[in-house]
Amino acid sequence: MFCEKAIEIIRELHRMGDGQLPAFNEDGIRQVLEEMKALYEQNQSDVNEAKSEGKSELIPTIKFRHCCLLRNQRCIAAYLYDRLLRIRTLRWEYGSVLPTNIRFHMCAEELEWFNQYKKSLATFMRSLGGEEGLDITQDMKPPKSLYIEVRCLKDHGEFEIDDGTIILLKKNSQV
Amino acid sequence: ISDAMSDDHDASDMSGGDDGQEDVMTPSELIRKLEEAWLNEKFSPELLENKSERVECVMEQLTHMEANLQRVRKGDMKASVHRMEIDRIRYVLSSYLRSRLQKIEKFFPHVLEKEKSRAEGDASFLSPEEFAFAKEYLANTETYLKAVALKHMPPNLQTVDMLKAVPEPCLDSFVFLRVRARQENILVEPETDDQREYVVDLDEGSQHLMRYRTIAPLVSSGAVQLI
Repeated sequence: MFCEKAIEIIRELHRMGDGQLPAFNEDGIRQVLEEMKALYEQNQSDVNEAKSEGKSELIPTIKFRHCCLLRNQRCIAAYLYDRLLRIRTLRWEYGSVLPTNIRFHMCAEELEWFNQYKKSLATFMRSLGGEEGLDITQDMKPPKSLYIEVRCLKDHGEFEIDDGTIILLKKNSQV
Repeated sequence: ISDAMSDDHDASDMSGGDDGQEDVMTPSELIRKLEEAWLNEKFSPELLENKSERVECVMEQLTHMEANLQRVRKGDMKASVHRMEIDRIRYVLSSYLRSRLQKIEKFFPHVLEKEKSRAEGDASFLSPEEFAFAKEYLANTETYLKAVALKHMPPNLQTVDMLKAVPEPCLDSFVFLRVRARQENILVEPETDDQREYVVDLDEGSQHLMRYRTIAPLVSSGAVQLI
């Protein structure tokens, strides 16, 4: 039946949990595009036949093929767009440099989209306020406690923190 | 609000903008207004009017506070409190801008369409920078779809109508709100063959759960606050 491959690639994407990006299914997309090409060519020849020989009984088949074409287009668009949304989330989660294993799952055009998105976002953030802008990918959670506990791994000697106090960092001490 | 803000007296009178749309505000009023805008934006299903003047003022304020913090005696108790305050304000501001950006991305064709068809004098929903971002987002996405798939499709299927493909914000979603100024005769359900029209009065200080569509104009006028 037509459009089966299109549904299959969507199902595959849907199966992967929130936010995970599976490998780009280049093969699947190619198969759907080939099916579309075949359907279109069959329609072209039927349309010509219907026109020149007045075979109006071909028209339902033509309409049916057209519906399949539209469905395939919609499925492909949905698949690609959903991946873009996941990739967009990656910028907010991982920052502007993606881990290599994730990059492997992206096709070249997706990487290009990601780069453009990064640039747009950076331009926007820089424009905020007057001078250097504001990095809104930071401060994702409301500030809770001002102090954190730190265990020293190595002797570091004296360390000056934000408010000017000086702390002595000795190996294995907890501050 | 804290000493850090009033230490520097130049900062304590904030002017909202050239066209005098917002009156001169004290820093604490400015922050309060920021929080109101933040909550409204967070809970509203659609993108609200942009408040970029306010954003600029808050950023100026933050810079002043940071500068003041440098001058406070080291190790003073006040320093920690001020630091916390600065972090809090920066969080609210970032969250506000993130909310807006997320909606712009989610509804990008509709947001751009709305901006294009806006009349000359009407308030803009997007700041110039947000508008640029939205246009870039649209162009980027269209370029991508063309390159990966659309150009390999049959000639009559090489475009996708973004306005149809991307869903619109659901204005019928329900929101919680608190009433700031009493409203009378708010039309909740119009009259139909089956029912009379359903009209309510909203008392000041009362809280309600209603369809966003019904009270949308009241949010932009400031008569209600989304919570």
